[in-house]
Amino acid sequence: MEIDIEKVWKILEEVKDPEIPVLSLVDLGVITKVENQNQNLYIEITPTFVGCPALDFMKQEVEEKLNQHGFIKHEVKVSFEKPWNSDKISEKGKQALKQFGLAPPISAELFTDISVLEHVICPRCNNNNTELKNPFGPTLCRSIHYCNDCKEAFEQFKPLQ
Amino acid sequence: MENIALKELLYKIADDQLILGHRNSEWTGMGPLLEEDIAFSSMAQDKVGQSYAIYQMLHQLGEQEPDTVAFMRNATQFHNCQLVELPNGEYDFSLIRHLLFDTAEYIRFDYLSTSSYQPLADLAGKIKGELQYHTLHANTLIKKLGTATEESINRLQHSLQVALPYALGIFEPSPYENILIEHKIFKGEVALQQAWQEKIEFIISKTQLTLTDWKVLQPVYGGRVGRHTEHLQPLLDEMSEVFKIDPTAEW
Repeated sequence: MEIDIEKVWKILEEVKDPEIPVLSLVDLGVITKVENQNQNLYIEITPTFVGCPALDFMKQEVEEKLNQHGFIKHEVKVSFEKPWNSDKISEKGKQALKQFGLAPPISAELFTDISVLEHVICPRCNNNNTELKNPFGPTLCRSIHYCNDCKEAFEQFKPLQ
Repeated sequence: MENIALKELLYKIADDQLILGHRNSEWTGMGPLLEEDIAFSSMAQDKVGQSYAIYQMLHQLGEQEPDTVAFMRNATQFHNCQLVELPNGEYDFSLIRHLLFDTAEYIRFDYLSTSSYQPLADLAGKIKGELQYHTLHANTLIKKLGTATEESINRLQHSLQVALPYALGIFEPSPYENILIEHKIFKGEVALQQAWQEKIEFIISKTQLTLTDWKVLQPVYGGRVGRHTEHLQPLLDEMSEVFKIDPTAEW
């Protein structure tokens, strides 16, 4: 079977982050390579955080999706060659995060001090009358904030350099 | 020779992270504040995950599987510094250790991000970004509590005195120091200690805590060559309990 790389990327968009079901792995930026190696499909994925427990699950999901679409000869490898940072989330991905109720990360380049996280824009009301409650959250990639206007807590997908 | 030097470096880094990661996880459900409970639990997950990635790298260099390496060695086969194996004590001790260790860890990974061993440089650049959250957390809390009340300042000061000699053990001289420097794998423990001391002086200067003169401190060495306190073996026994009952268990 001839491998159409563009088509493979499209198919991979169907695989979602197990904890954020509106966000595809492609938009999350964790799929770093899709190649045709002598009629074998070779794919590299990289974790958002090194200790992310969802990585094995993501790898499995990618393999299952490829099988479903008839790409039987494939190899999916975890690599740190092109490490993830939060700027790798696509614009579409950031919109999806926001609709899901998670504040998208600020630019990783601007994240030089914890104070940058003090006034993250609230995903509900779009104001920055917010405060940082904890740079650590329910998963490694989320921080906890509070919106003084909405009077409600929200989470941010953390910026990471 | 170069390979042996690289492995020694990787083992001590991974062992430090695994053991401190385990200690941090002991705060889960026990933190003095919910925020700190979550912080130490998250840092535990980061450190154990990072140690796994380095054990994986060692595996590619011919060592055993990560699980075997983590769960089947005795205390004398571990290369972590003694600082990370000490019991958590009260929160003030855990916080001081967190500052002293993580500051060194961040600089170490910063150095390693330009290592000539490319897989290590790639991974280190990544880990460095994650550790930024750990050092920011430590610095913020130390600044707050190191200038808060008489009790918080006294407690931190006492823990600082206890922890400093052990912290110097992070930089225990390595027999492979020159080889690592020569091959541009790592800048070495001496350079790391120097940079660490400057950073610690800077952070402590923002508080009402005082540092003992570095020259009069007696570093506690031994961890890197498998000499440990009585606290490490019980930690390992607990950590490996499930694995030893059923090595194929998934949890």
